[in-house]
Amino acid sequence: MNIEELFVLSTKAIFANKLRSFLTTLGITIGVFAIIVLVSIGSGLQTYITNEISSLGPNIIDVIPGNSLLTAFGPGTQNKLTISLAQGLSDKLTSTAQVAPLVEVLTTVKYKNIESKNVYAIGTTYVYPKAVVYGKTVIGTFFSKGQEQSGANVAVIGYTVYSKYFKNQNPIGQKIFIGNEKYTVVGVTEKSGVSLGVDHDNVVYMPLEAAHSQFGIDRLTEIVVNAKSQELVPIVKTQINTVLSKKLTKDEFSIQTGDTLVNTISNITNMLSLALGGIAAISLLVGGIGVANIMLVSVTERTKEIGLRKALGAKRNDILAQFLLEAVMLSVTGGIIGIILGMLASIGIAIILVSTVTWWSVILAFGFSAAVGIIFGMAPALRASKLNPIDALRYE
Amino acid sequence: MKKVDEIIRMTDITKTYGEGEAETTVLRDIDLVVKKGEFLGITGRSGSGKSTLMHIIGLLDSPTSGNYVLNGTDTSKLKEDELAFRRNKEIGFVFQSFNLLPKLSALENVILPAIYAGINNKERTEKATMLLTMLGLENHIGKKPNQMSGGQQQRVAIARALMNDPELILADEPTGNLDTKSGDDVMKTLRHLNDEGKTVIIITHEHDIAIQAKKLIQLEDGMLMHERKKTVAT
Repeated sequence: MNIEELFVLSTKAIFANKLRSFLTTLGITIGVFAIIVLVSIGSGLQTYITNEISSLGPNIIDVIPGNSLLTAFGPGTQNKLTISLAQGLSDKLTSTAQVAPLVEVLTTVKYKNIESKNVYAIGTTYVYPKAVVYGKTVIGTFFSKGQEQSGANVAVIGYTVYSKYFKNQNPIGQKIFIGNEKYTVVGVTEKSGVSLGVDHDNVVYMPLEAAHSQFGIDRLTEIVVNAKSQELVPIVKTQINTVLSKKLTKDEFSIQTGDTLVNTISNITNMLSLALGGIAAISLLVGGIGVANIMLVSVTERTKEIGLRKALGAKRNDILAQFLLEAVMLSVTGGIIGIILGMLASIGIAIILVSTVTWWSVILAFGFSAAVGIIFGMAPALRASKLNPIDALRYE
Repeated sequence: MKKVDEIIRMTDITKTYGEGEAETTVLRDIDLVVKKGEFLGITGRSGSGKSTLMHIIGLLDSPTSGNYVLNGTDTSKLKEDELAFRRNKEIGFVFQSFNLLPKLSALENVILPAIYAGINNKERTEKATMLLTMLGLENHIGKKPNQMSGGQQQRVAIARALMNDPELILADEPTGNLDTKSGDDVMKTLRHLNDEGKTVIIITHEHDIAIQAKKLIQLEDGMLMHERKKTVAT
């Protein structure tokens, strides 16, 4: 029997039980669909985060408290990154980098009795706009060294805060409440948008000292160090390490450049993709069991047909190939439908969230569904091929 | 010494089922020689072992002991796929319940043995059409079995049996499910095939049918009782 005849035979058998074939196929479709979509989301997330990080600038070195891997996966360690440490670091690095220490507090902002809850108040120094891309102002200026040192209550507001309170109105010189204290607005930062549900413009910037005295925080969320050139990045890294190691153990701070940050995040998103893909693979496995089940039913139902075919001269492999191909066609059809639906869904998801269809996941999903067909179709097909013609013919 | 004009030579064929106390012997020490071109009838009451004998002759079943030579080949040494090959090439089956595949058309049913013989589509379609026409079924080529009468279905089955030009036609109660008229047609066809040189073996418990064979043997409790020449002409 040649392959073309086998195809015709299997297609006929599949169409003979349309509903049953459809439901069997559906199990594989769902499994493959889940793999494609979840892997697409995982890799979309990774691409997105990687792009975000590199948009921060190639020379950025991030100093954060604790061990970055431990804080990502385990309980946080006590924050030992103090304002005075940052000050020391800044003094040592004056010739090679800009150093902007940061504290972040979620607080409430109020203007003319209109409250905004959950606004990020970022306490930093006048260096911030030189170190961080988010610091550019569109109205007014960032607070100056003089303003900062005089201890004045000045604030720079993010674009979202500006839009809410001062649309069509000059915000400079206006007084707003950050927490319980009054601040004078001196500038508005440019719009930087929303990513992963976080609005980067729903922030207010205040002098570090003001944040310290108002909120009583002297531990930093991070220190952003911007090397003056890309060549200086490794030197600056070493300098930071030397300075901080005098006061802290190596588990109490982490130095991350764009590269190491991307690596860390890649590790996390890869693990996420793997976990999601694994869960999806289970559903494909269940789909495969469905194929095996229906093929066993099919073999039993067609025992007499198998016997007759054998009586008429069908060899073992003819019968094996017939039933195996049927199983593979069921699962591959399911796989192809799943791939198409999965790709469409991924494109849909990309509009509101992030998602990139990866070719390897498509090929993998297709290969998986074919393999599922072969593996789960093999037992029923072997069973059919081993039927004794006379027993099968007598079967009613 | 094998003789070319013998198609079947059975020596001491015994078939038992089960083991120990449950053991039942269905065939005992059967010796049977069938020459090419013979028209042999095998009769016996139900349970006499005639169906089992038929299955062994048709290579659908194997004897527990004894020797069966088909067309000069000792069948006990054949592997499963070699048996399938011989069923395909050397034997044409006609069953009591027709055994047509319900989802295939008359033409597709007739073609089946040629598919397993690896004959190309054009050639086998022509052959099957020719056979169906020869059996008076030219207007039923595309019909499914359930759209045909019993007699027509049995003629489709005969066409199928002839598809690969086997030397031996085995008919197991071919008229059992048919009315007298259709049964007569089927018997006429089988006699005609015999006239053309095919060896025909027919199994039946109906005396009217059995006596149409040129040679008759009777089975009783798994034993071959007697062989006799045809005594009554029809």
